[in-house]
Amino acid sequence: MSKTHVKMTVNGKAVEALAEPRTLLIHFLREELDLTGPHIGCDTSHCGACTVDIDGKSVKSCTVFVGQVEGADVTTIEGIAQPDGTLHAVQEAFRQHHGLQCGFCTPGMITRAWRLLQENPNPTEEEIRYGISGNLCRCTGYQNIVKAIQAAAEELSVKEAAE
Amino acid sequence: MNVQTPPSAEERVEKLQGLGSSRKRVEDARFTQGKGNYVDDIKLPGMLFGDFVRSPYGHARIKSINKDAALALPGVVAVLTAEDLKPLNLHYMPTLAGDVQAVLADEKVLFQNQEVAFVVAEDRYIAADAVDLVEVDYEELPALTDAFKAMDADAPLLREDIKDKMEGAHGPRKHHNHIFHWEEGDEAGASKALADAEVTVEELITYQRVHPCPLETCGCVASMDKINGKLTLWGTFQAPHAVRTVASLITNIPEHNIRVISPDIGGGFGNKVGVYPGYICSAVASIVTGVPIKWVEDRIENLTATAFARDYHMTGKLAATKDGKITGLHCHVLADHGAFDACADPTKFPAGFFHICTGSYDIPVAYVGVDGVYTNKAPGGVAYRCSFRVTEAAYMIERMIDILALKLEMDPVELRMKNFIRKEQFPYASALGWEYDSGDYHTAMQKALDSVSHQALRDEQAQNRAAFDRGETRKLMGIGVAHFTEIVGAGPVKNCDILGLGMFDSCEIRIHPTGSAIARLGTISQGQGHATTFAQILASEIGIPAEDITLEEGDTDTAPYGLGTYGSRSTPVAGAATAMAGRKIRAKAQMIAAYLLEVHEDDLEWDIDRFQVKGNPEAHKTMKEIAFASYNQAIPGLEPGLEAVSYYDPPNMTYPFGAYICVVDVDVDTGVTDVRSFYALDDCGTRINPMIIEGQVHGGLTEALAIAMGQDISYDEIGNVQGGSLMDFFLPTAVETPVWQTDHTTTPSPHHPIGAKGVGESPNVGGVPALSNAVIDAFAHKGLTHSQMPHDHWRVWKTAQSLGLTG
Repeated sequence: MSKTHVKMTVNGKAVEALAEPRTLLIHFLREELDLTGPHIGCDTSHCGACTVDIDGKSVKSCTVFVGQVEGADVTTIEGIAQPDGTLHAVQEAFRQHHGLQCGFCTPGMITRAWRLLQENPNPTEEEIRYGISGNLCRCTGYQNIVKAIQAAAEELSVKEAAE
Repeated sequence: MNVQTPPSAEERVEKLQGLGSSRKRVEDARFTQGKGNYVDDIKLPGMLFGDFVRSPYGHARIKSINKDAALALPGVVAVLTAEDLKPLNLHYMPTLAGDVQAVLADEKVLFQNQEVAFVVAEDRYIAADAVDLVEVDYEELPALTDAFKAMDADAPLLREDIKDKMEGAHGPRKHHNHIFHWEEGDEAGASKALADAEVTVEELITYQRVHPCPLETCGCVASMDKINGKLTLWGTFQAPHAVRTVASLITNIPEHNIRVISPDIGGGFGNKVGVYPGYICSAVASIVTGVPIKWVEDRIENLTATAFARDYHMTGKLAATKDGKITGLHCHVLADHGAFDACADPTKFPAGFFHICTGSYDIPVAYVGVDGVYTNKAPGGVAYRCSFRVTEAAYMIERMIDILALKLEMDPVELRMKNFIRKEQFPYASALGWEYDSGDYHTAMQKALDSVSHQALRDEQAQNRAAFDRGETRKLMGIGVAHFTEIVGAGPVKNCDILGLGMFDSCEIRIHPTGSAIARLGTISQGQGHATTFAQILASEIGIPAEDITLEEGDTDTAPYGLGTYGSRSTPVAGAATAMAGRKIRAKAQMIAAYLLEVHEDDLEWDIDRFQVKGNPEAHKTMKEIAFASYNQAIPGLEPGLEAVSYYDPPNMTYPFGAYICVVDVDVDTGVTDVRSFYALDDCGTRINPMIIEGQVHGGLTEALAIAMGQDISYDEIGNVQGGSLMDFFLPTAVETPVWQTDHTTTPSPHHPIGAKGVGESPNVGGVPALSNAVIDAFAHKGLTHSQMPHDHWRVWKTAQSLGLTG
């Protein structure tokens, strides 16, 4: 199948590549760019393991053709920590509050939570639960994920107040 | 001068982060940054992709397969069918249950989505295109999807391959669709107890077909190195060593030339115990092509072709006195095993440990009989987050107790309390042959009742019912209680094996000269946090901080042999091996310390992280000092180095238990059931890491919620699978999931080196009956004794309607 030229920014870096137009973004990220953080957990856009950020919105990358993100700014879990390796408050909170077990949903879940806290810096528990309801987890029962996101929200608001 | 105060005993204990510490997980650094290494992340030079052509029919004869169009597609390398596997004798593979399973359908397909052909192509898109180009001509046959009709005289013959083999792996077969009959206990005694009883109850309790559905599906990468003759198999394997042995036996590749690696696994819950056709086809394709082959199933394939769970139809009968003393249990199970008997049970137990079904109760006589049958459904029957068939057993007895309580007009809690095995009866010999190691059920139940103010809840319920009858509310309140007893930690080699491999487990420890260590185990974590918790066991045993201990699992070339992780066996078996290996290290360390301190080893005592001279604690050697000495001192009579290995054969299973109480509010007009509160008290013996235990309980309860309230993989009468994608198969989101309240008591196992029993599966085992009992309790005063799961909105509404409660 003929390939098309695609160009986008991924985790702050300019990316140019040839890809079949039907290539799903999740496969492009994982197989062409070796960004294997986002995962594939279903075929029906339910599980959210493939969640990435496209132009400031959480998107399930299994439901997007690579051609649809032409020129877009894409962030994956690999782009959430500081360039010097310092973890983002959400990442750190997931560890501190045992918000993960097998780790398979975690990249999508953190990428979503990271965006959620930009959309709503002080969410209620209910808003967090609705805010992550596009991301399934089979291990944690969400309880510690919710706790981690609450803790990250507090941490970020303290940081912001200090700045 | 800088005088340092030596650390206090508390500080030294704290530094170890050993048993009882809510140590943060070492696994999380990579997972939170997207740096896990799961099987689909593996990328090897020249790797090809495999994909399956699957049957659209539940039962059909394959008249022809035409590969030409698929092979003509650029990028397609091979298309394998049963005909290609026959010369290698790999068109069938042995199952864990003593049956065989078609790797690729041989002349017939027996369930929808059965594997028919394996396409190998340069990328996954081309493979998917080629799957559509393989032309298979089928002749549809009548399908059998009702287990109750499997042994009818006119039931269709499913397994032509074994139609004349009337002696199965577990004794004689009485019909061409019969797999086995297995029984335990005293049938005459149980029947007599029922005949003589003042009160009896009987109910057919179905535990529907569900699926473990870990977020990562099953998959593998097979790589045959033709130069050195070595086959490496990466995969989502819960039992990598067993996979290696089975792979060697069926391929005739010598076992030392097979290396099986389980990388990070994205949840297992029993789904990843079995051997699936994708693994065999990938290995064959790699052997044939000489390049690595990756196969990863998609979600629909996962739900419809690999490893269902449950599908047990259980007819329970209880005998009791008028005042509620249970005098006997009789249970018959019709077990729907699908098209091939691929249940994952220890070999001698075709119904697993279902005979734990006397539960937490002192029942003097009991009988259980199980008949397994073939149907046109996917094979499996795995232990989905439970020890083998234990969740079915717990569900049956905990429902039957509630049904008996209704008949006796007694509070279900009072009935439980009256029949619990008493603390002083442990070790307790059950009527069905188990020896329960330890328990204190009355204390646990009472703590649960007090914690939720049970009597106040019952008072509130009485008011709610009166208000409902007055027309003031359309919601009914239900209270569900369950007290489960599990049996986990398979198991003693004398009666537990899988394909002849004893179910011991292992740990090997090497202490490095500078006092850090590496430990390797025969198990494999799928999210349980072994690298964190097993290091904690060792830290307490050998006095080296957990953070200085690397823990490795899952590579058969480096890890000692073990039977893997499922059935809550890691802590009871491998955890015990870890403690025992640690004790061997400590025994040698004591000899080294005696030499260094110039005393007799009997004059030394262990203290947290060091050996000290009795009566003179100032004279001591820390484990760190001892480690270094083991590498640089010539100690008479001792070999250099500090290493140990333990293969632990447990003397008994462990018996975790718990008391769960759930409150629901059911809207009778919509069937919507709101879980208002859920309290879970678990007793898993010694608690290694409370943070991880609580996390396990949260997750297991959420799985229980999914099963009790929505999951169902059913089949229509022509064999179409329903509920085969996440469109239909219920996985709760954060919105449907309630807040779980956890609690515990601690009754250590007397035979386990550190007293631990295992916890991962308890919440699934106890959660399902607690939720189901709550929903049914909401309608109990209206005459409902039982309704089948799942209690989804539609079924609950139907129940309300059948009771004349809907508007």
